[in-house]
Order: sequence, then C-alpha cells, then structure tokens
Amino acid sequence: MFQVTNQPIELDKLVRFVIDPEAGAVATFIGTTRNNNEGRKVIALDYEGYAEMAEKELRRIGEDAKTKWPIFRMAITHRLGPVQIGEASVIIAVSSAHRDAAFAACRFAIEEIKKTVPIWKKEVFEGGEVWIGTQTGQRLNPS
Amino acid sequence: MKVRVKFFAILRERAGTSEVAKDIAEGSTVAELWRQLQKDYPKLDVPGIRLLYAVNQDYVTVDHQLKDQDEVVFIPPVSGG
Repeated sequence: MFQVTNQPIELDKLVRFVIDPEAGAVATFIGTTRNNNEGRKVIALDYEGYAEMAEKELRRIGEDAKTKWPIFRMAITHRLGPVQIGEASVIIAVSSAHRDAAFAACRFAIEEIKKTVPIWKKEVFEGGEVWIGTQTGQRLNPS
Repeated sequence: MKVRVKFFAILRERAGTSEVAKDIAEGSTVAELWRQLQKDYPKLDVPGIRLLYAVNQDYVTVDHQLKDQDEVVFIPPVSGG
C-alpha cells in the first residue's frame, strides 16, 4: 500500500495492512512536524506533491526494499496539504520474520523518500515562508 | 508536437501556473524545452537551483528526447518526509 493523501494518516491502517501470520516483527516510522527549524519558529508545514509519480516512487522504494531484505509487506502513506505541528506527515510500516530486516527496511524507506519522491514542503514560520531544499524562500516581513 | 508541462512547488509559484501545453519542435530534448519555457516564464530561472526531470512519471536525463503528448515535470529539490 503506497499512497499520498490529503487526510490525516492512520497508523493502525498501515500496521493492519502489513501484519502477517508469519511475521515476528512490524517496524514503523512516523515523521511528524516540528515546531522549530534552523532557529525559526515553525507555524505549519504545507506539502505539495506530484501525486501520480510520488505513488509510483513509493512503490519503487517498496520493491527495492524487498530485494535488499527479507520483508513481507511494506506500507507507506505520505500526507499532502497543510500539516499542523505534531501531526504525522509520513508513516511507514514494514513486517518481517525477524526484527533486523523490518528496522533496516524502514530506515531505508524514509531515507529514499527524502531523496527521490517528488514531494515538497513549504515551511510557514513566524515572519515568512520557505520551500525547504530550494533555499530561495521569501520573507514576508523583512526585519 | 505538443507536450504537457506541470509545475510544482517553487516552480509553480514562479510560473504562476500549474500546467501548460507547449508546442515544440519534433525531437526536442528536455533541456531544449526548459530553455524555451524560461523565455515564456523568465522567473523560472531560479539562481542555483538543481533540477531533476521526469517524463511520464519516470526520472530521465536532461538530454532525453521528447515525444508528442509527453507529460514533462521539472523537479526542484524534493523535501518530503
């Protein structure tokens, strides 16, 4: 299950999807929005995505993980649109027979997401906004 | 031939539109399309930005040759997660 959504992500849904009678482990990762970044007081994050390609890339990450570790199932959901402080922007769940594979695949997935999945986050902070990664944001109220 | 270009994030804001249909010469590459778009939308020229390129939802290199009806996206540095 690899998807992007405008709705809050439900951890339970992903865990239920990956649980397998033969699995002895489920690892999950939850990326949440932080109230500060590089000294800025963050108000909210706004995610934008190239949805069709983002889901395709998430599937590719799942397939790659299966070639690297003996995992049973992986599920990734990434949220788009405004995400308030403390809410989940991305959740990953992976099942495997033993814990090592699940932990490793989960770690691999979040690192790959940050490199290849066409999703962008705009940070709205006190005094301005910036597209993270582009370093060309504009201050709305220059001080 | 005609291709469909979608803009996202900073490039969408710079172009002032999220999608445009563009007529280009047969056999044009991604690089050639980008140069033409910068003439149409001068603000697309973001200093220091490193772009990736996707055609029909797959990453391609900048010298990839386009075909009629391709969907082309110029991908600014991604920042999901």
